[in-house]
Amino acid sequence: MKPAPFRYERPSSLEEALRALEEAGDEGRVLAGGQSLVPMLNMRLAAPSVLVDVNAISGLDEIATEGEGEAEGEGEGDRRYLVVGALARQRTLERSALAASCCPVLPECLSVVGHVPTRNRGTVGGSIAHADPAGELPVALLALGGEVEVAGPDGVRRIGADDLFVGFLTTSLGAGEMLVRCRFPARRGAVGSGFAEVAPRHGDFAFAIACASVALDESGRIAGARLALGAVADRPLLVPAAGDVLGGSRGAEPALRAAAAAAQAAVDPADSLHAPAGYRRHLVGVLAGRALRQAVAKASEQLTKGGSR
Amino acid sequence: MRRIEVDVNGSRHVRHVDERRLLSDFLRHDLGLRGTKVGCEHGVCGACTVLLDGAAVRSCLLLAVQVDGCRVDTVEGLAGPEGLHPLQEALHRHHGLQCGYCTAGILMTAVEMAGEAGPHSVEEIKQRLSGHICRCTGYAGIVAALSEVVGS
Ligand SMILES: Cc1cc2nc3c(=O)[nH]c(=O)nc-3n(C[C@H](O)[C@H](O)[C@H](O)COP(=O)(O)OP(=O)(O)OC[C@H]3O[C@@H](n4cnc5c(N)ncnc54)[C@H](O)[C@@H]3O)c2cc1C
Ligand code: FES
Ligand code: FES
Repeated sequence: MKPAPFRYERPSSLEEALRALEEAGDEGRVLAGGQSLVPMLNMRLAAPSVLVDVNAISGLDEIATEGEGEAEGEGEGDRRYLVVGALARQRTLERSALAASCCPVLPECLSVVGHVPTRNRGTVGGSIAHADPAGELPVALLALGGEVEVAGPDGVRRIGADDLFVGFLTTSLGAGEMLVRCRFPARRGAVGSGFAEVAPRHGDFAFAIACASVALDESGRIAGARLALGAVADRPLLVPAAGDVLGGSRGAEPALRAAAAAAQAAVDPADSLHAPAGYRRHLVGVLAGRALRQAVAKASEQLTKGGSR
Repeated sequence: MRRIEVDVNGSRHVRHVDERRLLSDFLRHDLGLRGTKVGCEHGVCGACTVLLDGAAVRSCLLLAVQVDGCRVDTVEGLAGPEGLHPLQEALHRHHGLQCGYCTAGILMTAVEMAGEAGPHSVEEIKQRLSGHICRCTGYAGIVAALSEVVGS
């Protein structure tokens, strides 16, 4: 099928884009990579009357680090961030050396987001703004405890990942607001992350996704752990209980198994054509265990490298 | 309607297009380049894959107005005066196509791969082909052909 008619705007600055969005009100829609929106237009699942194509805005596709160790002390406290412009293409982040060193879990999970042609075009910000419960990037943002920068009529504000995903394909962005940057906490000291999913074929949307991030103290005990799940609820889901179970432990098998059980208890997945609810719940246990085990192993590696700084 | 100027396979085209015209339909219906095929129109089958400024993209998920000022390469640009492109030759030799509906898209992905630092492992080739649905060949011939040209 073909898209219904719309008015097409192609602003060349953020200010113009925000003005166009404000004017369009409920009728307007941001067009970024188009890899989720255009299928919806083609199938007429969406028919906005104004499309604001943000691809001509320059400066919103940068990938950089910010925070500790920089002359301008823009980073808060001792945190360091990988800051990714909303318009950075998924394929660019996947191949970014900076991402590989600061947030190695991002390239890892991007390698299974659709296919190279969809990642060449699909943006990082678009994936997060779309908030697909089965999207890998939203789950990673949640597991890493990142945040987004949102620009709107009242200026720029930040929304933490925990407050961003509020329902099926729904974020807490307000009308007329646009996501401009994603901030992923950069790896520092004895931290590690892990990612695991099961999908019918490479590049397909997964049946279940787990992403974990673990920080160890100098003695090797878990100082903090975050586990996020995808494709098993109406939104990407953080499982605080898994972090609680692991806190203070050494991340040994019994603790990991208890955390995986906590993840299973936190979900009530729905049946789907190829994956009944029971199978999905089973996957949550297996994948949560895998992601956490990887995260603990990588954090321990960093600790032995003397990276507890 | 908007005026766009696009370089397709090295020739410049100036056209007025409806804002909602998909790039796939622009190529096929407005420029008459029907080598690019349309299967699903939601990004899944890969039949419509073309190169946009050198990168493989789904032409069914782009508006023609978005490629104003860009370069697009389609399957029609592959064969030269000396004959078929080496990737086309290899697909032919390895029986990498039957009905040919998926072939143009697969070729454009393969051309993108040929431009990258290689060689590509069989595993990588299979992963890249996961974005292209072929209902005829069973893929073995396609993998063999691509391995010969972009593989180790
Ligand atoms: C065949 C196929 C397979 C796929 N497989 C996967 C997969 O396995 N995993 C996965 O995670 N994704 C998958 N995707 C989706 C893909 O990753 C999309 O690129 C992504 O979901 C949306 O990003 P986009 O830049 O394409 O956004 P668009 O499609 O342009 O926009 C999506 C939505 O987000 C809004 N939006 C976009 N950018 C902004 C912004 N900066 N501020 C505010 N709102 C914004 C739009 O208005 C729209 O509502 C697949 C897509 C295809 C076609
Ligand atoms: S027609 Fe574009 S991917 Fe199927
Ligand atoms: S040759 Fe017929 S679909 Fe591939």
